[in-house]
Order: sequence, then structure tokens, then C-alpha cells
Amino acid sequence: MRANCWQGKKKMSVEEVPDPKIINSRDAVVKITSTAICGSDLHLYNGFVPSMEAGDIVGHEFMGEVMEVGPGVKNLKAGDRVVVPFPISCGNCFFCNREQYSLCENSNPNAMLAEKMWGHSPAGLFGYSHLLGGFAGGQAEYARVPFADVGPIKIENGFTDEQVLFLSDIFPTGYMAAEACNIEPGDTVAVWGCGPVGQFAIQSAFLLGAERVIAIDRFPERLRMAREKSGAQTINYEETDVLEALREATGGRGPDSCIDCVGMEAHGHGPMYVYDRAKQAMMLETDRPIALREAMMACRNGGTVSIAGVYGGFVDKLPFGSVMNRSLTVKTGQTHVQRYLKPLLGRIERGEIDPSFVVTHQMNLDDAPQAYEMFVNKQDECIKVVLKP
Amino acid sequence: MGTTTQDLTRLGFSGSRSESNGSRRENGSMSREERLARGLGWFSIGLGMAELLAPGAVSRIAGTRNHKSLVRAYGLRELAAGVGILTSSQPGPWIWSRVAGDLVDLTSLGNVLSGRGNSRGKTAFSIASVAGVTLLDVMCAQKLTSNGSNGYACRAEANLIVNVSPQQCYEFWRNFENLPKFMDYLKSVRTTEGKRSHWVAEVGGRTIEWDAEIESDVPNERITWHSLPGSEVVNSGAVEFERAPGGRGTIVRVQMDYGNMVQALASAVATVAGKHPEQMIRKELVRFKQMMEVGEVITTEGQPSGRRSGGVTWMDRIAR
Repeated sequence: MRANCWQGKKKMSVEEVPDPKIINSRDAVVKITSTAICGSDLHLYNGFVPSMEAGDIVGHEFMGEVMEVGPGVKNLKAGDRVVVPFPISCGNCFFCNREQYSLCENSNPNAMLAEKMWGHSPAGLFGYSHLLGGFAGGQAEYARVPFADVGPIKIENGFTDEQVLFLSDIFPTGYMAAEACNIEPGDTVAVWGCGPVGQFAIQSAFLLGAERVIAIDRFPERLRMAREKSGAQTINYEETDVLEALREATGGRGPDSCIDCVGMEAHGHGPMYVYDRAKQAMMLETDRPIALREAMMACRNGGTVSIAGVYGGFVDKLPFGSVMNRSLTVKTGQTHVQRYLKPLLGRIERGEIDPSFVVTHQMNLDDAPQAYEMFVNKQDECIKVVLKP
Repeated sequence: MGTTTQDLTRLGFSGSRSESNGSRRENGSMSREERLARGLGWFSIGLGMAELLAPGAVSRIAGTRNHKSLVRAYGLRELAAGVGILTSSQPGPWIWSRVAGDLVDLTSLGNVLSGRGNSRGKTAFSIASVAGVTLLDVMCAQKLTSNGSNGYACRAEANLIVNVSPQQCYEFWRNFENLPKFMDYLKSVRTTEGKRSHWVAEVGGRTIEWDAEIESDVPNERITWHSLPGSEVVNSGAVEFERAPGGRGTIVRVQMDYGNMVQALASAVATVAGKHPEQMIRKELVRFKQMMEVGEVITTEGQPSGRRSGGVTWMDRIAR
């Protein structure tokens, strides 16, 4: 089959590789019909995620048709149409029992590596480094899906791929970030980053009852999408002082919740941005927490800072005094996607949201390297690319 | 502000085997060897400071002169050994390093004795003193690293919480024929008669076989076993199943002793390859947990990749 492989920093290539097969008894093999490039794939692309190896098949947002199931999978059969969540979760362990699927204790065969880096290991993920299991990803014609009896959700109605594909990651990710804010009527929520996760965080905040969402980015087309598709107010941080504008908008109190949908490769301006770029280049810090710092400083006293953006290692100059003295709550985590599949499919079915609004480009799997290039440079107003194998 | 009611550093394996082990702390009290080790540690620090700060005076006591920089270097060595002994949970190897240092000192003093212009009387007294301390060091190091009377050189321990009952853990483990399902190096274990079993392992491409016998067996709580005299591989193991608080399954604790001093030294090399005994046991427990919670061990072995070498990399091999 053909598969998009990470070959090194800023280097992807579509290779002919062996077809996947059933390895463990609860595996399924899925023939992929649609697969997307995630903003977090750009962290791999830019070389910020450790423990990638040349030849790793990437991709963790995919859906398709079940071809074959292992003897332990009773709820799926060949021919079923499924969306596959990006965390791999056993369904049996302490964390899966608590529906904290991205913390599964049994799905990362390389847990020992992750423990060295983070103290304890989270779940294994598709196509996202050897630290997180070294599982082959879904930017390919076929994928092996472990614990297929726990993860994939069957799609049994006439939705297009684009309408349900994002249940695999970005819709639940934006939703969980908004849910963590415990939004109350009248709340103002600020969202840093208007990429696809940011767009879903904005829509989810409204679904959960926010009065007002203020979205922050620097790309006009992304800010426009936030305004036009989701009804957010917007701030272009290259033109406006964000903290000042948020104070202004909230009578000086600050937003009730702040959501970071940017993560480790934030951009900014001024000396702090130069400082972070320099430290990161010299490997003195792994992540640039520019959006996170701002979110912490902006949040109202006693409010919630919710982090959906991916961080990998160590951050510097985090205003923790602000967090402590002002009673902020910090909520974060890889998304417990399995927990959200049914409720969010329900919202799609009821017409409360149509996730396909984020798609700007559809390309062939063979063009994946060009798609990454375009996405990372935000060429052609690229916001979300769906690849067709 | 909370303080813990238990000293967590002293929790852990409660097996009777460790009671016979002179190097372990039990109930918070120190064994004689441990007290001796601490004394030697402080002695190292005292001597090291003196050698470092007043090398001239130390030289004169030893009956020689003009060796200030050498004495300072010895002082650093003493300090390193002292800090190592006092801060390490297993001071045995550090005491052995003191023995090596004693030999260096004795050699140096021997050279002084045969040299000219030195005070022979003082030097002879120094040699006698160092020889006395050396004797103490050797005794202490032997006791600390010989692990009581059972003669094992290397001990490894690990524990892991498993989301099933102690009974389920016990029943799976008690059937030793299940062990190769999560202990990678074992090819087979066959129960031969009653409490005896025959073990076949493959280590570094070599097949090794031995017989073992169950020493104690408390259903749902603990099992201990040891290799029979005359086995090619000398080892013993113990596993405890402790009910986790709040109905959260079982904390499984494993303790293994093996081999001789040579194997213990080799284990330092093995650490780099992720094959240190402690790492091995930890990995075995991870696989045991998967067997109990999921029913099989999850792998990526056999998955595709864009590499000729396959879906599994060197990192995966070290981690698993």
C-alpha cells in the first residue's frame, strides 16, 4: 500500500510499504477513505517531537471501511464504516474505566520511554512518535487499529466523510477544551489560535452556553472563519495588544476562561518571542509557551485556563505566580476521544454543528508532502487538508 | 500542610527473605553492617577533608613531604566514596571502592617506606592504621554485597499496580507455565512434580536450563522460589500480591536475586541496553499487567513502515 512517511525534519514522502495485518486479537484493519493532516502533525514535520524515526507512517485522523477484524472484536465486521479515535485505549484499565482514554495504561508498548520523559506514560497514539508507542499512522491506504472493539465508532447514516471525519480528533479536542471551562451563562471565553482545533473550541464554547467568544490569531482568513462560521469576535495579535483588548472587552475583569489552541510552536512578537525562539533553537527549552503565558495573564481571577495545544517537554518563564495568586484552574490533556464520540455524533445528527466547515483543501494521498508544505506555510489560505488515498 | 505518617522510603517488599538480608533496612532500624558503613562513610569524609585542606599536615603524619597534590587527589577520592556511601541506598559498591582506595594508599605508603629521607617510624604506624581500616572495609563490603548467607550478588525489585484481584494475579502466577507469556527470556517452564519445575531460558542466543523449587506459597498473597543446588543459573524469586486500597486491584511486588559478582558488574553494562535486571523485571511486570487486564501483550511487531528494517526500531527494542 501507499503510506505517508516521516523522513526527517520538513521531509515527508509517500512510500510503497507492506499492507498492515491483524497482530493482536482485538485489532481491525481499516481501508481508509479519508485522512486529515492535523496541526499537531506539523510539530512532527517541524521536528519538535522527539523519538521520530525515518520511515514512520504518520497520521492520526482517519476513517474508512473495516476490512478484517481479529477474533477478539465482536462489535465490528467487515464492511462497517468507522471513524477511528486517535488515542489507542484498552477499555479495561483504571483510566479507561474512568473514561480517561488518553491515559490508558496498556496501549503504549514503549511506556518506559515516556516515563523517563514525563514521569508516567499516557496512552499510545497513532503515528505520533515512538515515545507514544511507535504505532503506524493513518495517512495511508490501510491501517491496523488496535483495540478496535473500544475505539472506532460506526457511522450508519448518510453523512459525508468530511462531516464525521473530525470526530477522530479535532472536534472532540476543541469540545473537551471548552467543556473543561465549565461555561456558565454570560461567560466570555477567549480562544488563542484559530486553526481547526480553535474553530471547534469556539463552536463548542457556544454550544455549551458561552455568551461571547473572542478569538485570537494573526491570519485574516482564520479570523474571518471564526467570525463568519462561528460568530466569534476576533483580535489580530499582530495589530492589537491582546491583553489590553481583552481587558477592554470585559470591563477590566478578563475572560472567564481562556483556551490555548496553539501549543508548543506559538508565534508572537517582541523580545519574549525572540527569547523563546533562541532558547528553543539552542535546545534550552523544547516548547514556546507564548500563547499560554498570555492566556494565563489574561484570564479573570478564579477563571480556567484550558490547554488543547500540544506541549512536549519543558517551558520557560511561565507566570505561575499569576496562576497561584489569582486562583486559576489549569485543565489540559490529550483528548479522551472515545468519551465524546457518541455525544458529538449526536450533535452532528441533530444539526447543531457541521464539522465540514473547516475543510479548505482536498488532495490525493500522493500529494501529502506538498499538502504539509502548504499547511505549514499557510499558503492558499490553507486551514484544513483532507487526503484521499 | 500535610506530613506523611509513613516514611515511604521504608515501604516496599515485606517478604521474609529480606529479613535474612543484612543489607536491608527493616522496621527503620539499621543493621550492624549499615552502621559500620555509615561510620566508614563519615571517616572517608573526615579524612578526605583533612587531605584536601591540610595536605602538608597529613603528609607529615604519614612520614613524608612534598606530596601535596597527590594527597589532595586522594582527598577527593575519599570525599567521593564518603558521599557515595552516605547517600546511596546500596552502599556496598562504594565500600568496595574504599577497599580499592585503601590498596592505593598502602602502595603509596610502601613506596614512602622504601624511599629516603622519610620518617620510617611514622610511615610504619600509618601503614598499620590503613591496614586495620582496610580489614574493616573488606568485612563490611563483603557483608553488604553478599546478601546474607544465600550468596546472591545481584538483587532487583519492581512493583506495579494491576486492575484485577490478588486472587486472579496469584492464580495466573502460581501456574509457572504461564511465566514465559510475560518473561521474554523464558522459553518454557514445566512443572515436574509438586513444588518442582524445570525452566528453559534463552539468554544471548544461548539456551540455559535449571530446576527450581517453590519455597513458600501463601494463596493470594505470596510465592517464593529458588533454583536447586547444582543449577547452571543460581537465582531465587519472590512475588507478593497486595490488595490495593479502595478496590483498585493489586499491587504486585517482585524481588529477584541472582548470580555472582561478575554478573552484577555486567549488569551495569546492561543498563545502557535497557536490559538491567531491575528494568527487565519492570518490563515483565508491565507485560504481566497486560496479560491480566487485556489478555495479551500489545505490540507493533509486524506492522508496516517506510523502513526496510520493518515497523519496529531500536527505540522500541530498548523500551520493551
